Amino acid sequence: MKKRAALPYIVWMLVFTIVPMIMVVYFAFTTKEGAFTLENLIQVKEYAGTFWESIELGAVSTLICLLFGYPMAAIMARSKAHVQRTLVLLCMMPMWMNFLLRTYAWMTILENNGLFNSFLQLIGLPKLQMINTSGAIVLGMVYNFLPFMIIPIYTVMVKLDTRLVEAAQDLGCNWLGVFRRVILPLSVPGIISGITMVFVPAASTFIISKLLGGGTMLIGDIIELQITGGANNLNLGAAMSLVLMIIVLITMMVMNVFGDRESEVALV
Amino acid sequence: MENEELISLKNIVVEFDGERIIDNLNLTIKDREFVTLLGPSGCGKTTTLRIIAGFVEPQAGDVLFECKKINGVPPYKRPVNTIFQRYALFPHLNVYDNIAFGLRVHKVPNTEIRQRVSEMLSLVNLQGFEKRNVSKLSGGQQQRVAIARAVINRPKVLLLDEPLAALDLKLRQSMQLELKNIQKSLGITFVYVTHDQEEALSMSDTIVVMNNGKIQQIGSPIDIYNEPQNAFVADFIGESNIIDGVMLSDYHVRFAGMDFDCVDKGFAPEEPVDVVIRPEDIKIVEPEKGQLVFTVESCIFKGVHYEMIMDCDGIKWMVHSTKFEQVGDRVGMLIYPDDIHIMKKSDVPVYTDGGEGDRR
Repeated sequence: MKKRAALPYIVWMLVFTIVPMIMVVYFAFTTKEGAFTLENLIQVKEYAGTFWESIELGAVSTLICLLFGYPMAAIMARSKAHVQRTLVLLCMMPMWMNFLLRTYAWMTILENNGLFNSFLQLIGLPKLQMINTSGAIVLGMVYNFLPFMIIPIYTVMVKLDTRLVEAAQDLGCNWLGVFRRVILPLSVPGIISGITMVFVPAASTFIISKLLGGGTMLIGDIIELQITGGANNLNLGAAMSLVLMIIVLITMMVMNVFGDRESEVALV
Repeated sequence: MENEELISLKNIVVEFDGERIIDNLNLTIKDREFVTLLGPSGCGKTTTLRIIAGFVEPQAGDVLFECKKINGVPPYKRPVNTIFQRYALFPHLNVYDNIAFGLRVHKVPNTEIRQRVSEMLSLVNLQGFEKRNVSKLSGGQQQRVAIARAVINRPKVLLLDEPLAALDLKLRQSMQLELKNIQKSLGITFVYVTHDQEEALSMSDTIVVMNNGKIQQIGSPIDIYNEPQNAFVADFIGESNIIDGVMLSDYHVRFAGMDFDCVDKGFAPEEPVDVVIRPEDIKIVEPEKGQLVFTVESCIFKGVHYEMIMDCDGIKWMVHSTKFEQVGDRVGMLIYPDDIHIMKKSDVPVYTDGGEGDRR
C-alpha cells in the first residue's frame, strides 16, 4: 500500500530530476553530432571569470540575507503568537507575486528616471546611478531570496526551548552569553538550510542580472544564451550547467561538514 | 537549626494579566535549610521559586538575600542556581560541557574546570559519561547531570523545581535520598518545589504549604502532619476526614451526633468548627464498644493497610486498618481525644483530591 502511494512521486522524480540530469551529462560530453568529446568542458574554462563573479555575487547576497534575516527571524520567533503570524505573512507575501514581475518592478524603481531618482530630485539631491550596477543585482537577489533565509531560521528558533535560555542565565550568562553559547549554536541547522536555499538560486540566477544588471552576464545568463538564444550551443550549455552543479554541490558539502561540527545534536 | 537568615521574601505580590498569583507572601529561609514549597498546581510555589531565581519580578514587596535587597538584580548575577523541571540540559553539548557550562561562563581556568567536573561526576555517580550525548541519557542520568551542572557553581542556594516529577517511583525514592545527602554534604540551602506531599515529608527541614498564592502553614514535617493549622493543610497532607462539628466548651466537641472529649480549647461556645481525623487514627472495635457505629461500604487492599470507606448516618469516613472488614458489616469506632484535631472554619477552598490527586 505504502509502496503504491509512493509510485507517482518516484515517476515524477525520475522524469523531472533523474532523466534531465542524465541528459545534461550526455550533452556535456557529446558534440552536436552526438560523438563523445571533452571539448565542451575544456571550453567552460574560458568562462571562469563569469563563474567567479556569479559565485561572488551569490555569496555577497547570501551574506546580506543572513545579516538581515537572522535578527528578523529571531525577533519573529520571540514575538507574541498573533504578531508572529502577521510577520510570517508579511514575509511570504511578496512571493505570492511572480518573481519576474517583482524584478521588473525593481527596474522601474531603480531606473535613471525611475521612482527613487525622481524622489531624490524632488528633495533636491543629485541622481544616483543604480540600475545596471552589480549593487542592483545584489539588491534584486536579496529582495527575492530573503524569505528563504528567514523562514528556515525562524522555524528552528521558534522551537528553541525558552527554558534553555533561562538555564543559561541561571548559570551566569548575560544576554550576549546566552546568544553566543546557546541560541547561536542551536540555530545553526536553520542557518545552514537558509544559506543553501539562498546561495544555490542566487549563484545560478539569470533574470535578475539581465534586468537589473544591464549588460552584466552571470553564468546563468550565459547558460540561458546557449540554450535559447543566439549562441545556440546546447552542448556547451550542458557542460556549464554540469560544472555549476558540481561547484554548488562542493560548496554545500563544505557547509554541511562545518555545520555538523558546530551543532552535533542540535538537529535531533 | 539556629542559623542565620539567608533569603527573605517580604509582602510579595505577583499578578499576571490582572490575576493575583502571589498574594502578600512572607517567607524567611535560613542558611543550610532544606525548605519545601508544597501545594497543588497553580498555588504559586513555582512562581515563588522564580522570584528567588530572578525570572519573575514581583509587583510589590522586597526580596532580600543576606539582608540585602536584590529586587531587579538579573538572574545571572544572583548567587543561586536552579534545577529546572525536566532539566533543560543543553542539547548541543555533551555531559562534560553541560556540567562545565557555568564555570566556562565565569572564565574559570581549564585545569580547575577539569578537576571540578570530575568531582561532580563522582558526586552524582556518572564517572565515564563525559563524552555522552545528553539526549541519549536516561531520565535519571539526565537528572544527575542537571544536579551536577547546578551544584558545580557552588551556589549558596539551590532551587529545585519539581526535579523528580518525571522519574518513576523507585528512582524517585532513591533520588530523594541522594538529594538529601548532597544537600547535607555540601552544606547549602535547598529550596524545593513539589506537589508530592510524601516527597516533602521525607526530605524537608521545613515545609511551606501553599494554596491560591498564600502560605497556609510553615512548619517541620512532623508539625505539618500532626498539627495542621487548617482544613486545607489537613486534607492536602495525607488523608483526612474533615467533618462539620460544633465546639460545646473547652475540651468538648460535638460531631456526627455525638459528644467527644478533645484536647483543643479557646473557641467560642457553640462555634462551628472543622473536625479533622486521620484515617489511621480511627480504631475499629465491636459495634457495641464503639463511640460510633459504621457500615462498611468498601474495603480496598493497599499493601500496608486496607483502605475502607465507612458510612455513618450518611457521612462517609475513610478508615485505614490492617484488618480486613466484610463489606456491609456493622463495626464500632473509637477515636481518642489526642487524635481529634479542631480547626476554625476556614474560607479557604479545600483541595478535594488530597495529596494523591495530581501525582503522575
